[in-house]
Amino acid sequence: MDDAILTNTIMMNTFMILGMSAVTVFVKAALFILGDRIVFPPLLKQALGFVPVTVLTAIIVPMILSPHGEGLELTWRNPQLVGAAVAVLACVATGGRQLLTIVAALATFFVWQLGVLG
Amino acid sequence: MTRLSSFASGARDTVPMLVGAAPFGVIFGTLVAAGPLALWQGQLMSLSVYAGSSQFIAVGLVAGHAGLLVIWLTTLIVNLRHALYAATLLPHVAHLPARWRWTLGFFLTDETFAVMAGYYQRHPRAPLGHWYFLGSCLSMYGNWQLWTLVGLLFGAAFPQLQSLGLDFAMVATFIAIVVPQLASLPHFAAALAAGTIAYLGQGLPYKLGLMAAVTVGVMVGLSLLRWRAGSRERVEEAA
Repeated sequence: MDDAILTNTIMMNTFMILGMSAVTVFVKAALFILGDRIVFPPLLKQALGFVPVTVLTAIIVPMILSPHGEGLELTWRNPQLVGAAVAVLACVATGGRQLLTIVAALATFFVWQLGVLG
Repeated sequence: MTRLSSFASGARDTVPMLVGAAPFGVIFGTLVAAGPLALWQGQLMSLSVYAGSSQFIAVGLVAGHAGLLVIWLTTLIVNLRHALYAATLLPHVAHLPARWRWTLGFFLTDETFAVMAGYYQRHPRAPLGHWYFLGSCLSMYGNWQLWTLVGLLFGAAFPQLQSLGLDFAMVATFIAIVVPQLASLPHFAAALAAGTIAYLGQGLPYKLGLMAAVTVGVMVGLSLLRWRAGSRERVEEAA
């Protein structure tokens, strides 16, 4: 490639990255910065109370039910599903102890993946 | 509880997230190494953009010769969920000086949000909560830089890392945060609705399935909350 074109491409891509950074910083920090000037109505506050549980569930359900992104894997041969089931049981059984839950789930997942399914 | 011990607890409670994010950092680095961007630009993206899924998408878009505006608009849409996170955490940071709010805002990620949502639920009025927040932020940030670098330098040599399934650490951690909240019926229904929509919409581009899932889940939870409050008022009026 011509040296001038190559330099131009590198500069454009750097510009692209810095633009992405500006957009992302704005989206992430705007509410923290303007926050004390924004008063949230009670309905919005109630709505925000449901954000953590819905976002986290929405992220993990597809990872558990179709770990390969190719349809439902509702079978004991799916280590994500077995590990997740153990996580839920462990969390209920330990009264919500996070570390115990995570260790039990991870141990099940790896034993299942490497030992049972081999 | 000192500033340092609060900071250290935040970092410690983020460790499972570090393990979960590591393979994504390596894979991102590998993708950059295989694509049109220079290696240092991959690291620059991790340092300055610091939002995993939009970084992945941008690498794909650059390889597909997408225009600047398309890439920036996609970044906006994909990262819009962080505004929801910020709104949720705002009551706990609104009192801090501006330099703290800029810092914590810049470092906000899915993982740190998950850790902080759990923390503030357990300690709604912790005076040193922002140090815990910073501990979670900086451990995630350092971790992401490290694994990006590993991916950039050696990623091409380890193409089988993804199949190890290390991202299950994130699943296990999220379950440990979500399950205790499901004791309330509106939250349970909200999670059920969000999970269903997320599953059905996982093929949609730009994480739109995720946004739809959150919207529907929040509306379901909110309706149940309001309906219960309404029926309680009617019972009280009757009595």
